[in-house]
Amino acid sequence: MTGNAAIAEAAIRAGCQCYFGYPITPQTELAEYMAANLSRRPGCTFIQAESEIAAVNMVLGASVTGARAMTSSSSPGMSLKQEAISYMAASQLPAVIVNMSRGGPGLGSIAAAQSDYFQSTRGGGHGDYRTIVLAPSSVQELADETHNAFELADKYSIPVILLGDGMLGQMMEPVEFKHEAPEVPPVRQGGLRGAAGRPSRFIRSFTSNPDELEELNWSLYRRYQQIHEKETRCEKFMTDDAQLIVIAFGIAARIARGAITNARALGMNVGMFRPVTLWPFPKNQLKELSKTAKYFLNFEMNMGQMIDDVKLSLEGNGDVTFYGRPGGVIPTSSEVLRVITRLYYQKGLNS
Amino acid sequence: MEKIFTRPESLKNAVFHYCPGCGHSIVHRLICEIIDELNIQDKTIGVPPPGCSVFAYYYFDVDMIECPHGRGGAVATGIKRAAPDSVVFTYQGDGDLSAIGTAETIHAAARGENITAVFINNAVYGMTGGQMAPTTMQGMKTTTSPYGRDPEYEGHPIKMSEIIGQIEGACYVERVAVNTPANIRKAKRALKKAFMNQLEGKGYSLVEILSPCPTNWKMSPVESWKWVDEVMSKKFPLGIIKDTTGKTHAD
Repeated sequence: MTGNAAIAEAAIRAGCQCYFGYPITPQTELAEYMAANLSRRPGCTFIQAESEIAAVNMVLGASVTGARAMTSSSSPGMSLKQEAISYMAASQLPAVIVNMSRGGPGLGSIAAAQSDYFQSTRGGGHGDYRTIVLAPSSVQELADETHNAFELADKYSIPVILLGDGMLGQMMEPVEFKHEAPEVPPVRQGGLRGAAGRPSRFIRSFTSNPDELEELNWSLYRRYQQIHEKETRCEKFMTDDAQLIVIAFGIAARIARGAITNARALGMNVGMFRPVTLWPFPKNQLKELSKTAKYFLNFEMNMGQMIDDVKLSLEGNGDVTFYGRPGGVIPTSSEVLRVITRLYYQKGLNS
Repeated sequence: MEKIFTRPESLKNAVFHYCPGCGHSIVHRLICEIIDELNIQDKTIGVPPPGCSVFAYYYFDVDMIECPHGRGGAVATGIKRAAPDSVVFTYQGDGDLSAIGTAETIHAAARGENITAVFINNAVYGMTGGQMAPTTMQGMKTTTSPYGRDPEYEGHPIKMSEIIGQIEGACYVERVAVNTPANIRKAKRALKKAFMNQLEGKGYSLVEILSPCPTNWKMSPVESWKWVDEVMSKKFPLGIIKDTTGKTHAD
């Protein structure tokens, strides 16, 4: 199954009632899968919207009612979605937004890239807010994290970004789905469906009172802290005795894993640290590693974006080198192995 | 003594923040009367925009979601598709519906979304202080067309209702005004029909309302009501633009 199809199927199984999309390479198969499969399910809706902006605002509307709703896109389309993501963050509306990212800036390329790290992890739109950002690195994880994304979105009333890339979206791997689709899609308590049996309610993001808005920002901040404490996840691969630790996320981590396995076979003590949640970033877990390893190689498919979080987490500990390939160029595992080997010898770790 | 006139149940007991002579408060009241008459208060969801009516939720005693500027057509689509038993109306100004939200409006109509759009046309951006709108008349002075709107320079006003009238998915489009008691009664009939169309599952209904904005038109309320008749409705003629519902007015 392709990554894009796996996300769509996992979303249906997570009780996604409404999907609103717009064609853009390399995520279009996700919309196509939903058109074929979600639209025929009782009570469910698929709409090919007139724009990315309309699609994400339909998600906003569906989320208002308590339905599970999703949209997906790729980098240029994600820029258009930021307005509504900011509104949903302010209005505390859950949503799942998939970005199968591609090379940028501008129209960029249609090949896989990781250049949307900043946009994804810094809020992306206007205002002081965060979204949860999940970064799977296999088709199986795309499916698993799609399910998690819906759960987290509802749990914290927050938009969740599933950040993949063109390669993850297009590649085919076996996938096992851990949940069956519910017969009736779940409806979140507290949605707006008319004021039957209760006073009317409104959801808004605007207030003319700065004190009220300050309080909203504080309450969002407290929730973000709670998410940081409870939902931060990472993967450590052969880090226990590693002298050099590669830090990578998503598909780059997949590439790095092969390089590290080969480096180990060549006798180099190399490991990998992979953030699964890009926001909240696993800063404490990374800092902890600097007690046992001194050298870090930050590998990304961009010109260096996650490296800001890496350095903030390490707080000056450790020696960080960056290696990146932007623009949609997919580095090979042997290329990363060459970089690891060179660094390993340059730093005298072979002695 | 029999009470013959009272505040509708779905209109909250609050003082409107609108300027004297503004059409918003009249339209709010009309919609609330209709919600009461159709007995749909407990299943109605309103979608107000940024703009002068951003605080509509202080007045309408129904569920409301304040949505991003211009996106009412898309937000209402999401609501109605997720909760088809609800009654969904958007409340949009001319900047919202016919400038920044043109695409969302046209495509909600094209899909034949079963929703009701209330379009307040007062020919200016009100809340930001009277800038040129897509509906600003030729020659009209605003803060961003200070020499009068010159079609050679600022282009022409857009007639959104006529555009929506061309779209198959729209079942009913009418332009009304709220500047005189007679026109207010006609406006109510049109709005009621637009809500009833939704209850009957007929598709997208749009009611455009020419609405006075004395503050930004730099007129007295009385002058502004006359201006709607004498100037505005010449460019934006009142009446039914499209009706495929096969019914006459609601009452």
